[in-house]
Amino acid sequence: MKVLFALSESWAGIRSNVSMVISIVLVTFISLSFVGIAALLQLQINEMKNYWYDRAQVAVYMCTDVSPAAACPTGEASEAEKAAVDAQLQSTVLAPYIDQYYFETHEEAYEKFSEEFADSSVASYVTPEQLNEAFWVNLINPEQSAIITESFSGAAGVEQVRDQRGYLDSIFSFLNAGSITAAAVAGVMLASALLLISTTIRLSAFSRRREIAIMRLVGASNFSIRFPFVLEGVIAATLGAVVSAVAVYAAVEFLVQDFLAVRLPFTSFVGAQQALTVVPWLILGGVILSALASSVAIRRYLKV
Amino acid sequence: MITIQHAVKTYKGSDEPALKSVSLQVDRGEFVFLVGASGSGKSTLMRMVLREDVPTTGSIHVLGEDLINLASRRVPIFRRRLGVVFQDFRLLPQKNVYENVAYSSKVIGKPRAFIETAVPDVLSLVGLSEKAKRMPSELSGGEQQRVAVARAIVNKPDILLADEPTGNLDPKTSGEIMDLLQRINLGGTTVLMATHDRGIVDRLQKRVIELKNGEIIRDEVAAGYRDVNTGEMPKSEEF
Ligand SMILES: Nc1ncnc2c1ncn2[C@@H]1O[C@H](COP(=O)(O)OP(=O)(O)O)[C@@H](O)[C@H]1O
Ligand SMILES: [Mg+2]
Repeated sequence: MKVLFALSESWAGIRSNVSMVISIVLVTFISLSFVGIAALLQLQINEMKNYWYDRAQVAVYMCTDVSPAAACPTGEASEAEKAAVDAQLQSTVLAPYIDQYYFETHEEAYEKFSEEFADSSVASYVTPEQLNEAFWVNLINPEQSAIITESFSGAAGVEQVRDQRGYLDSIFSFLNAGSITAAAVAGVMLASALLLISTTIRLSAFSRRREIAIMRLVGASNFSIRFPFVLEGVIAATLGAVVSAVAVYAAVEFLVQDFLAVRLPFTSFVGAQQALTVVPWLILGGVILSALASSVAIRRYLKV
Repeated sequence: MITIQHAVKTYKGSDEPALKSVSLQVDRGEFVFLVGASGSGKSTLMRMVLREDVPTTGSIHVLGEDLINLASRRVPIFRRRLGVVFQDFRLLPQKNVYENVAYSSKVIGKPRAFIETAVPDVLSLVGLSEKAKRMPSELSGGEQQRVAVARAIVNKPDILLADEPTGNLDPKTSGEIMDLLQRINLGGTTVLMATHDRGIVDRLQKRVIELKNGEIIRDEVAAGYRDVNTGEMPKSEEF
């Protein structure tokens, strides 16, 4: 069986079946794009984890005069209470877990606050004394924030211990939900793509039953009878996969990098590098799945 | 070449077997007519020889292969040694004459050099060199059947099976096809032809195997299409 002959047979099949082939292209395009989106959202979560977990700090907020009485019955934390926290952070129990820490005064907190809310009028209602003084702790392993939380929660003069990762986790679970949704849509679309491929291949085999009958009579091998049909499905699905690869790459390049990353500069986003790791898998997946679907379909349709 | 012993074929869902203990032997280079009324089992027997189906019981050996025990992946290789012609020609309508004949060579991966000499050779043998570029729809029935014969013999088979090849043709065109089959037979190819065309069988005086209700009731060399019960040679209708 010559490859050229198989190709020309597949081409004949594609031409006689244009609308079905186009629908395979479209359905594989959509389904693999969703696979790509799901994968990129996971990569985005990893990217943000890498970026933020190193930067995430644990804040030990000290009491102010306006703190809730339940946590701070004596009002503003005393010098002794602050010294006690400082001493505990340096103690042999906690020191091994701590990379570094620093103390932030009312004035420093106010400066930071004014910067963040420079455009807003709230800054004018807030006085430095209302903002918590705090110990900002960088852990060696950011996952172990519970040690700090447990050590200082309820301690005298401490209003609250907060792990910044807590904010991130809600962003991550949001992104994760998006990723799972995309994967679920991808699963349904892939299932319909596979069914569509096998239906198309059977139709194609039916429309060429004369040729198939003649091929069998003259002794064409099973492989050479089936191969053009499998190739037909693979070519159509590969076209769809390539389109989805281009779409996923373009989405990362133009939507994420040129749009989101410019407007949200404080965090990092997936870029061309991640897109290029996802794209080959989309194409490979499209080729393998369509080859499987069409060979199963044709095998069941054409018995010797 | 072909040895069949006590072959019985019962199709699924029918109680009466299509073949009832058929035994026959055909040697290399023979020309054999398989005659009998419609439904007597001629096509069923042909399909056994081509290994499109296997006997329910009994044995069949063709070209040294035990067809009942032939592995299905070896069936295509076996079929390459046979050529087949049918009553309804079975040409590919969107391919021209040359392509129809070349198709059966291409499909089994014959080299281009072989195809480029074998196809014109066989087209000239069947007298269609001038019409190589014509589409099947532009040919008469006899010409279409010549294309089918050309396709059947282009790979130089050992056996040519012809299932009522003249069934759709007028007597004159039938005669041309028979001349062609005889020439192919003279070239060394064994020919097994199913027919109920009395005139042809009477004229050629070849070996005749007659089937009736799935049984061989006659196997004679150099015979005509006579009625076995009366022993008379009936008058030919066409000749
Ligand atoms: N595929 C089939 N399934 C069931 N019965 C069949 C099939 N093919 C043929 N038969 C039956 O087998 C008998 C012989 O048919 P066939 O071999 O076609 O006869 P012929 O070619 O001599 O006209 C007939 O009774 C026919 O109805
Ligand atoms: Mg018949």
